[in-house]
Amino acid sequence: MSDKNRKTSGNRTFQLSRRKALKGLAAGVGALALPGKDASAAFWESFFQKNFRELSKSEIRDVVSRLEKEYSTRYGKPVQVKTSPPMEGVLYGYGLDLSRCIGCRRCVYGCVNENNQSRDPQIHWIRVLRLDKERGVDLEHAEHYYNPAKVPEEGHFYMPVQCHQCENPPCTKVCPVQATWKENDGIVVVDYNWCIGCRYCMAACPYGARHFNWKKPGLPAGEMNPDTHYLGNRPRPVGVVEKCIFCMQRTREREGKYPACVEVCPVGARKFGNLLDHESEIRFVIENKRVFILKEDLNTQPKFYYFYSV
Amino acid sequence: MKKVWAFIKGCFTLLGRGSKLYYTWVCLLLVFMGIGILAYANQMYNGLITTAMRDQVSWGFYISNFTFMVWVAAAAILLVIPAYVYQWKPIKEIAILGELVAVSAMVMCLLFVTVDLGRPDRFWHLIPKIGILNFPQSLLAWDVVVLNLYLVLNFSIAGYMLYSYYYRREPNMKYVTPLLLFSIPAAISIHTVTAFLYNGLAARPFWNASILAPRFLASAFCSGPAGMILMFQVIRKWTKFRIKDEAIFKIAELIAYAMFINLFLLGAEVFKEYYSDTAHLAPMKYLYQGLHGHADLVSYIWTATLFNITAFFLFLIPQTRENQVTLNIGCILVFVGVYIEKGMGLVIPGFVPDVLGGFYEYSPTGVEILVSLGIWATGLLIFTMLLRIAIPIMNGDFHVSEDGIHPHIGDELFLVRRVEEIEEEADLLSQ
Repeated sequence: MSDKNRKTSGNRTFQLSRRKALKGLAAGVGALALPGKDASAAFWESFFQKNFRELSKSEIRDVVSRLEKEYSTRYGKPVQVKTSPPMEGVLYGYGLDLSRCIGCRRCVYGCVNENNQSRDPQIHWIRVLRLDKERGVDLEHAEHYYNPAKVPEEGHFYMPVQCHQCENPPCTKVCPVQATWKENDGIVVVDYNWCIGCRYCMAACPYGARHFNWKKPGLPAGEMNPDTHYLGNRPRPVGVVEKCIFCMQRTREREGKYPACVEVCPVGARKFGNLLDHESEIRFVIENKRVFILKEDLNTQPKFYYFYSV
Repeated sequence: MKKVWAFIKGCFTLLGRGSKLYYTWVCLLLVFMGIGILAYANQMYNGLITTAMRDQVSWGFYISNFTFMVWVAAAAILLVIPAYVYQWKPIKEIAILGELVAVSAMVMCLLFVTVDLGRPDRFWHLIPKIGILNFPQSLLAWDVVVLNLYLVLNFSIAGYMLYSYYYRREPNMKYVTPLLLFSIPAAISIHTVTAFLYNGLAARPFWNASILAPRFLASAFCSGPAGMILMFQVIRKWTKFRIKDEAIFKIAELIAYAMFINLFLLGAEVFKEYYSDTAHLAPMKYLYQGLHGHADLVSYIWTATLFNITAFFLFLIPQTRENQVTLNIGCILVFVGVYIEKGMGLVIPGFVPDVLGGFYEYSPTGVEILVSLGIWATGLLIFTMLLRIAIPIMNGDFHVSEDGIHPHIGDELFLVRRVEEIEEEADLLSQ
């Protein structure tokens, strides 16, 4: 369970030998086939790349520079791939004010622009549900595809759903290859270069927060956000799962930086902060407002709190 | 080692020999495999978008077929138990065929999982030591382990026994018996683990019922043997291999019991969901009645239910169980019934309505159907090849010749219509 202690001294020696073996294999096969020696080498390097959590510092540097080169060429602009680790003493929490949300979906598209989701086919990390005020939070009667000329609509309220960054995530548990895990700041991440695309995590997630690249993502170069994180919003390959990562390319850089959805919300329905900081806004919300947790009975312990400010 | 090599060489020689019918059958399967490969190439090139699966229904036809093939593999233990635990001779003679079914079914299982992967090029991430197998946390990791174990186990048992018969020796039961006995819990484990794979997901109330693993076992003991009886019927009419009626009737009787338990457990599940009438009823309602105007599965599931109940009575009543026509009909009904009920009927309602109450009605695309047909053809081809070797060995038509090196092949034809021979034998017996 303890993710950070995976490397014990016992299997360290073994890993070193395996690292060498894989490197040798990569170099060996790299000499074969594929046009252009450089392209071929990069292909095999990515093929034999290990799980992100097993990479040494120097290997991470190699991987990042390979990816930056690849993305910069593909999108015709300098692309940065960060690997910023979680900040000490930070555990992110998110609050969503159901009494304010007007269902405008600006968060949905703000997220897409920030996080380089595929435009064709469209992938949205946030899904906004339209619910009836009469019924309350009754998912069976949720409307996913509401499309009126003007929101909010009479008799309805809106509930955006995205990854709940569970403390007890059912999705990471089921992954057969440990391609997804919870970081120390509470963000559940996916190593897009390790995921085998079995989609077991999608079956396990009770919030529909995981999305699959059914097709090669269509991301126009002009709309590509070059400020990326390896475990976050870098361009994804086909055939892997992706999800909301609380905009870690922004929020991990310095304290007080908000995810794109928080910034774009026109009514201030979205709150974000450090759960370990007693002075934070999110702590105030949890301690003083009426809070509810979606599917609380499943014991996923989300760090995503719905609340009513009025 | 030299002997093993000679045996393998002999087997390949044998595979190349056969009647016109045998060649036609093999070619037909190869054509379907070719179509399947082309369809899969299309899927690889364009991505899984060529399937009807989407974020809401993220598993579909492939995983349904995978789940069903796990049942079929169970057939083996239904033969192993009477043959080796109760030493019942008529079934002991055919137990090895059960193991060959298990081998073919396991290969199909692994193929169905592979074609479902978004990144099959990264399959090596699953190999312990080279990659990372998330064992024991992930039930999928457990499944990878038990399925491969079951495949190797059955292949070794059948392979060793056939190898011994080929060299005209009795297999050393000191080695075989423990493996055979071990294959019983191993077979139960492949079902339990596959059931737990679904069962463990609290997000999907339709699967999150503790009755699921017993239900899996019960339906496995219906569909596997039903498929096997149908195969026996073909084998004993078209090859030289004779299978006694009493063995087949005994298996049919076992199906009746298994089907009773299957229907009973289903009833228990239906009662619990409908009577308590909670929010968790939605997927079952979608399956049996349709929900909010979405009713794609309703006609299928009622067909399956009707098939299963009819087959139960056909197998329960001795007269219909022991009549070749009703017996064959019953087997087809069970096979198709369970294929629907525990294939798509199990997987799809897990996803509809989805976790946020959305509806996406899934029905497989042409690519999915063609790829699946290709895998079925592959499984049948493997099974045919295994039979091509096993049946002559068991009949004494394929063994090492006097010189101790070259094979003796007594049956050049393999697949031929044997009705006259069967009638002659019956005449002889009655005289």
